[in-house]
Amino acid sequence: MPNIVNAIYNIRQFDELARQDSLIHRLHPLAKLLATLGYTVVLVSYDKYATIALLPFLFFPVFMAAAGRIPAGPLLKRLLYIEPMIICVGLLNPLFDRGTTSILGQTMSSGWLIFISIVIKGSLAVTSALLLMATTGMDGIALSLRKLKVPKIFVLQLMLTYRYISVLLEEAARAIQAYSLRAFNPKSLKREVWGPMLGQILLRTVDRAQRVYDAMCLRGFIGEYHTGKNPSPGFADYLFVAGWGTFIAASRAVNLPLWLGNILAGAVK
Amino acid sequence: MHMADALISPAVGGAMWAATAGVAAYSIKKVQDGLDQKKIPLMGVMGAFIFAAQMINFSIPGTGSSGHLGGGLILAILLGPYAGFLTMASILTIQALFFADGGLLALGSNIFNLGFFTCFLAYPLIYKKIVGKEYSAKRSMIASMVTAVVGLQMGAFGVVLETVFSGKTELPFNAFVLMMQPIHLAIGIVEGLITAAVVSFVWKARPEILEKAALNQALGSLSIKKVMIGLAVMAVFTGAVLSWFASSHPDGLEWSMFKTSGREELETTDPTHEKLAALQEKTAFLPDYGFKASGNEVQTEEQSENWPAVSGGTTVSGLVGGLMTLLLAAFMGFVINMRNKTGKKA
Amino acid sequence: MSHHITEAKDLFYEYPDGHQAVNGISFRIHHGESVGVIGGNGAGKSTLLMLLMGILVPSQGEVVIGEVKLNKDTLSMIRQRLGMVFQNPDDQLFMTTVFDDVAFGPRSLKLDEAQVEQRVNSALEQVGIKHLKDRAPFKLSAGEKRAAAIATVLSMTPDILILDEPTSSLDPRSRRRLMNILKGFEHTKIITSHDLDMVLELCQRVMVIKDGLIISDGQTKDILTNKKLMEEAGLELPLSLQNCPACGKTK
Repeated sequence: MPNIVNAIYNIRQFDELARQDSLIHRLHPLAKLLATLGYTVVLVSYDKYATIALLPFLFFPVFMAAAGRIPAGPLLKRLLYIEPMIICVGLLNPLFDRGTTSILGQTMSSGWLIFISIVIKGSLAVTSALLLMATTGMDGIALSLRKLKVPKIFVLQLMLTYRYISVLLEEAARAIQAYSLRAFNPKSLKREVWGPMLGQILLRTVDRAQRVYDAMCLRGFIGEYHTGKNPSPGFADYLFVAGWGTFIAASRAVNLPLWLGNILAGAVK
Repeated sequence: MHMADALISPAVGGAMWAATAGVAAYSIKKVQDGLDQKKIPLMGVMGAFIFAAQMINFSIPGTGSSGHLGGGLILAILLGPYAGFLTMASILTIQALFFADGGLLALGSNIFNLGFFTCFLAYPLIYKKIVGKEYSAKRSMIASMVTAVVGLQMGAFGVVLETVFSGKTELPFNAFVLMMQPIHLAIGIVEGLITAAVVSFVWKARPEILEKAALNQALGSLSIKKVMIGLAVMAVFTGAVLSWFASSHPDGLEWSMFKTSGREELETTDPTHEKLAALQEKTAFLPDYGFKASGNEVQTEEQSENWPAVSGGTTVSGLVGGLMTLLLAAFMGFVINMRNKTGKKA
Repeated sequence: MSHHITEAKDLFYEYPDGHQAVNGISFRIHHGESVGVIGGNGAGKSTLLMLLMGILVPSQGEVVIGEVKLNKDTLSMIRQRLGMVFQNPDDQLFMTTVFDDVAFGPRSLKLDEAQVEQRVNSALEQVGIKHLKDRAPFKLSAGEKRAAAIATVLSMTPDILILDEPTSSLDPRSRRRLMNILKGFEHTKIITSHDLDMVLELCQRVMVIKDGLIISDGQTKDILTNKKLMEEAGLELPLSLQNCPACGKTK
């Protein structure tokens, strides 16, 4: 089951990237979360025909990746995995939107504009979300959630899920492997074993939860989760959010590429 | 059945986030009031279990294809609606962050579609009613099937509504519903079968786990009043919702998409434009979002914001400027990279 | 030093399914003693440890730690004195970084962050993994995980260490390192294990458990060399005391 192996690999890779050190990694997680969220909201606020106006939104992910020293490889791989879905959804539009528009004297279906718009929006949103993870990590996300006053109990539960995902994935992979070695069609699970296979893992999970709970109690857990340092955002973080906020707002207000093009066209004349 | 950032409008995303946050806050309060601290690690580890279980392929008898588990119903059965919903929220959050499933803005919708309907409507109103107090394999099987199907039907309809209300799509409501609901019927049956298989196994091996789960819920058993509150929250979201959508897993959503597109391709081979127009008018849920009669005017109006006056001249400017923007972005990345490297050497 | 005495008085425990796991166990362990608890699978070793820690409540009998009876009111106080290292470190390392994990206990005690940090660093130093403090638990080797699990307990500054199968699933070198670390501790140690050579090396005293009862309690040297007793308990002589298969030398 390549799914499980991929998932393990993917999570480990991003966890590792997030533990690097860079200008971006050192920023406060909340600053990165807010910037990325704001970026996404403004990005998707464009209407369905927006294409070239979206291009300035490329600056943010490029900056995050370059300054955060995140290699393009893992991002592109993940993006390529998602892209077919975005494309397939986008492709419906030329079929349903049969209006036309003219570009350089050529008549073009406006459905294709929607298609391009969706591909751009999708790719940018996905990339920036992945970059947030790759530069912040789950601990950073937890910290920003706490700063956003999300109840600690939920944060603790989220972190526990994250912590045990790799353990459970490995456990499931072992069970599947044992099954595959003795099955005719090792690619998927026969109906007779659905219950026993998943059920066994589930029972072990419940027992594990009990032991984890014991371990927590032995170290003084009484339903409250005490976190350590809660660093507050500093000057660089405000600068980061304000800077990108301004840039994104400016891009939304003015069609930068068109403006640039007009200046250039004027200069040529 | 994931919504995606590319296709959701800020209004829809925001409304769904608000609805999800409301339900989550209420659930957290309920879980904390339950005074069962043991549940916290159980929720955490169960979330990891469902995450792993979702990666397993289950071969569907007689079809040669394989299906997947969503897990919402299992969580509701083993943890109760509140803890089940929160656990689902954790799973989807991690998927959104690590796998870019859906995205940040669409996460609220995804948690709502996959968590709320199953945990707060289908589970208490169907599953618990059918199973009753005495467990029997047959009743559990029927309950799991019906509950999973209904929960997923509601979730799928949520996706359709979010899509259509958003108005960013040209996908007609009727065609979309006609594809989404049957596909999710199949997905729901698979979900029900897997859930029933797991529950019956657990019942035979360790009945106390299910008994305990049922006991722990005593505090949190849903009253009709609470369901009404839930429905009111839902109404808030439906009222506010507008958007495009997408999915990141080869599941029912793409299926619907492929099927819809396939059908439409057949239609478009029909040479007469009117026929198509007539069909689309028939299938249009909201006339505005349906078909645009060769709408240059409509379009220019809609585009004016980002693409003012679609004429040859501005298009050239736009393309040149776009290219410049791309080059600038690439240049920025290049410069930062160079500085990184020299920084390392120094 | 009476306050460090660990005492079990006629303990009984029955699981909900009716299995009688502990059938009247009594012992007294003095400060600084290192005691091995051995016995076949299902003998009741783990149940006994859980009774000591107050994870399970005995159906009869009592646990006394330094003249304080273990009950609901004294539980949290006693748990600060006793530190238990689980058999599977994955169950014990439930946070996402080694540091946060080791800090979980001190933070639950509501120490201020400077104190927490100092305790964490000292605990990590004692087990020699200070360099791993920002790692995720899933990035650790089995030996490192075990060391980290021990550190999570040490940061609570316990007087008594309880270790459940500390050397299981470790490669020989990690096992040796762990044993050296344990040897360096002055805590009272209660160790369950099937690794009889480790028990032989680390513990002066051994209790042999069978069917929920102590069938022998005494000097390690006397018990581990008693072939008849060992076989009765479902065990065998430590490898280091067996005849050498390579050279045929008998012991």
